Amino acid sequence: MLSKGLVLMTNCATPIIVVLSGDDAYGFRDFGDLILSTNYPTESIRAGDNVVFLIEGGDIPITHRVIKLHEKNDGSIKFLTHGDGNHIDDRGLYSSGQLWLERKDIIGKVKGYVPYIGLIIILLAKFPLLNLLISVTIGGIS
Amino acid sequence: MHSFLSRLNTLFAFTISVLAVLTIGVFISTYFEKYHETVSIGVNKPIVKHMTDYSANRKKNDLGVLQLNLDMNLNQLFDWNVKVLFLYLIAEYVTPTNSLNQVVLWDKIIRRGENARIYLHDIATKYYFWDDGENLRSNNVTLSLAWNIIPNAGRLLHVPANGSTSFIFSDQYTTSRAASPKSSS
Repeated sequence: MLSKGLVLMTNCATPIIVVLSGDDAYGFRDFGDLILSTNYPTESIRAGDNVVFLIEGGDIPITHRVIKLHEKNDGSIKFLTHGDGNHIDDRGLYSSGQLWLERKDIIGKVKGYVPYIGLIIILLAKFPLLNLLISVTIGGIS
Repeated sequence: MHSFLSRLNTLFAFTISVLAVLTIGVFISTYFEKYHETVSIGVNKPIVKHMTDYSANRKKNDLGVLQLNLDMNLNQLFDWNVKVLFLYLIAEYVTPTNSLNQVVLWDKIIRRGENARIYLHDIATKYYFWDDGENLRSNNVTLSLAWNIIPNAGRLLHVPANGSTSFIFSDQYTTSRAASPKSSS
């Protein structure tokens, strides 16, 4: 559904993400918000950044904040993420035995945010018939 | 334009257009805003403990313990495109094995409308200051505050505050019996 041009431009496989679980509930990442992210390889990720990552073997991207970062002298970096509204860090979400995220697990860095627009996308995805209904109604009126 | 449905359609389309224009307007009008502010950070009694980190690799790592003083007034930052401010305090340091370490020690959420004056004295860090190894003794650590501007719509900005501070950890380990953050030693 996303234009391939946008994927190329942002270098990110999932440049637009709709938030499905609004567990933070403080005005950011609420249910139905739209998040725009990029994944430029030259851009460094620092503590405090909101990153999009995939757990190995997982298929749902998670958007959380980096709270710890250790970069070794050889250039390898490990990250720990934490959901803003959660009491504990994300280690429980990582695959068993995994304590840190690596750069390859991170598929994007959150850059922009538009509220509520995602609700329409969620609605259309959940009720494919709605698509048909809207098209028919608009076709009938105009 | 007489039928009920066509009126409803027009109203709906108009509402969406107005909302879209407002959203874009809010985004463009604050695009060049810098959101800088000065803060005051202080550190008391930085000590290093050597303990087993059960939350990570279950080895004995260095644990830094310190108390923070934070003083700032961020009411000026809330313009019409700032919904929430997410503040975070980063401790940044270098060790012989790691060229860069960043650990968030404290964070806070300030929603629009809440009081954005912060005056905290002698508070413990919100998160544990575990090192990835055993290299905190005599280490020069820089504490800097930054905020994540969460807009109504637009870019998610990370702005570093003016006013960071540095401190050096003690060169000896402190055992739990000798000192805890609340005792005066």
